[in-house]
Amino acid sequence: MLQVDIRKRLGAFTLDATLAAPAGITVLFGPSGSGKTSLINAVAGLLQPDQGQITLNGRVLFDGATNIHAHARRVGYVFQDARLFPHMSVLQNLRYGGRKDEDRIIDLLGLRPLLQRRPRDLSGGEKQRVALGRALMCGPEILLMDEPLAALDAGLKSEIIPYFRELRDEADLPILYVTHSMSEVAQLASTLALVSDGRVTRAGPVADVMSDPAAVPLIGVRDAGALLDVTVTDVDPADQLTTLSFAGGALTLPGQLGQVGTQLRLRIPAQDVILSRTQPEGLSALNILPAKITKLTKGRGPGVAVGLDCGGVPLLARITARSAREMALVEGAEVFAILKATSVAPMDVGAG
Amino acid sequence: MLGAEEWQAVLLSLRVALVATVVSLPLAIWVAYILARKDFAGKTLLNGLVHMPLVLPPVVTGYLLLILFGGNGWLGGFGGFFAFRWTGAALAAAIMAFPLMVRAIRLAIEAVEPGLEDAASTLGKSRWAVFRTITLPLALPGVLAGAVLGFAKALGEFGATITFVAAIPGQTQTIPSAIYGLLQVPGAEPAVLGLVLVSIVLAMGALILSEYLARKVRG
Repeated sequence: MLQVDIRKRLGAFTLDATLAAPAGITVLFGPSGSGKTSLINAVAGLLQPDQGQITLNGRVLFDGATNIHAHARRVGYVFQDARLFPHMSVLQNLRYGGRKDEDRIIDLLGLRPLLQRRPRDLSGGEKQRVALGRALMCGPEILLMDEPLAALDAGLKSEIIPYFRELRDEADLPILYVTHSMSEVAQLASTLALVSDGRVTRAGPVADVMSDPAAVPLIGVRDAGALLDVTVTDVDPADQLTTLSFAGGALTLPGQLGQVGTQLRLRIPAQDVILSRTQPEGLSALNILPAKITKLTKGRGPGVAVGLDCGGVPLLARITARSAREMALVEGAEVFAILKATSVAPMDVGAG
Repeated sequence: MLGAEEWQAVLLSLRVALVATVVSLPLAIWVAYILARKDFAGKTLLNGLVHMPLVLPPVVTGYLLLILFGGNGWLGGFGGFFAFRWTGAALAAAIMAFPLMVRAIRLAIEAVEPGLEDAASTLGKSRWAVFRTITLPLALPGVLAGAVLGFAKALGEFGATITFVAAIPGQTQTIPSAIYGLLQVPGAEPAVLGLVLVSIVLAMGALILSEYLARKVRG
C-alpha cells in the first residue's frame, strides 16, 4: 500500500495531491501537464516535495524530516522513453539493479533472444519490455510506470499489455501507472485516480469512478463511459458477431471476441448510449437494455451525464440537457438504453 | 639536429605535461561534474576562478604562482617543493591547462542524458555508483578529449612556466622555453627546427591517440 499526501510548487504550477494505491494497478489518468509525472517522480524520490508525507507499506519515504534517496526507496520505475543504458547489453541492463527472479522475468517478458543485443538494436516494444524487466529484477516494493506505452504504435501496445496484466494478476506488487489513454485505463486499471491541475480530483475502484456521472467532467466527455464485466455466451461465425451477457442483459458486438465462457471487460462510451422512454422498434441497433435512471449530473457544457442501473449494473449515458428536459428524465425513471453494436472499439475490450 | 640539452628539454616537457594532466584530471572531472550537474551558491564564482588562467595573461598567472609558492610566498612552505623545479613547471602547466580540460569534460557530462542517471538511482545505485557506471563511461570520449587537450596545452605552456620557475636546463627548461632560448643565440636554427618538428609530432600523436581512444570507447 502506497500513501501519498504532498505539496510542491513548480513555478506557477502547484502539485497538491493525496492518493492511496492498494495492490493492483492504480492508474493516474489526466491530461498532459496535470502533474501525473511529477506525482510519481515524488514517489520515486526524483522530485522532492515542499511538504507532506509519502509512505510505502508503512515505511516513511518522505516527510518533513525524512527524505530517503531514490536509490534506497526500492521502487521500480519504467519511464516513457525506456532509458536503457546505451553502453550496456540487454543482459547488463537487466542485471544493473539486481538479479531477483532473473530467469522467471526473462521468460515472462520473452527477453531470452535479446540478451546479447545493444539497446540501439531493439524495437520500441522490445525496449519497453527490457525496461520493465530491469525494474522488476531490482526487487521493487512498488512499480511506477510513466506512460510506458505512449511512444508505441497500436500493434506494439497490444503486444505489451498482456505482460502488464499478468503482472497485475500474478505479482503481489502495487503498480502506479500514468496514462492519458482511456483504453489503457479500461484494459489495466483496478483503481482509478483522476488528476487535473496538480490535484487528485477523484479516486476509487475503477468501475465505481467510471460509472459515476459526477466524474464525467473530470474524465472528459469523449473518454467517459462505464466499464462492463461480461461473459461471452455465443459466437456467430456466419454474421461475425459475439453475444456478451451480464446481469442486466445481453449485448451483441461485431467480431469474434473470444470463446464461449471468456470473461471480458468492455468500456461503453457514454456518448454512444442513446436513451428512449419507450421500447424502440424497427431500429437497426442491436443492443437495447432496460434501465432505471439513478442520477443526473449537469456538466459545464450543454450535456447531462445520466447514471443508469441496468439489472444492478451501472451504465453511463451522456445526452444534451434539452433532450433530458423534453424527455422529462428524472431520477428513478424507467428508460431504454440503446447501444450501437459498432461503438465499442476493440482497444476497449480487455480481459476481465 | 638535437643536442643533449634539447633532448633533455623534450623529455622534461613530456614528463611535465604528463604529470600535470594525470594529476589534475580527477579534479577537472570533479569540477566539471559539479558545474554540469549541481546548483549551489558560488557556482559562478567557481566557474570564474577555473577560467581565470584562460583569460589572464600567462605572465600574470606565473607571477601569482611566484607570490604564492616562491621562497617568501604566502604558501612558502611548499616553496621547496615547487620553486625552480620541474614540479613547479608541472603546477604551472596544470593550472594553465585546467580550464580547457574542465570545459571539454563539462560539455561531455552535460551531453549525458540526466534521465539515465535518474533511472540508475531508481535501480538502487548511490550517486557515486551512478557516476562510476553511467555518467563517466558515457562521457569518457569527452573526458579523453579534454585530457588530450590539457596535455597539448601543458606541453606548450610558456608564459606562466618561465615566470614561475624560469628556464633552467634539466630542471625547468621545456620545449617552448628551449626554443625561445635558442632563438636568442645566433646559428641555432637547426636545433630550433628540430624542436619544432618534435612539437608537431607530439601534437599530432596526441590528437590521433585521442581519436583512437574515443572510437574504442564508443565501441
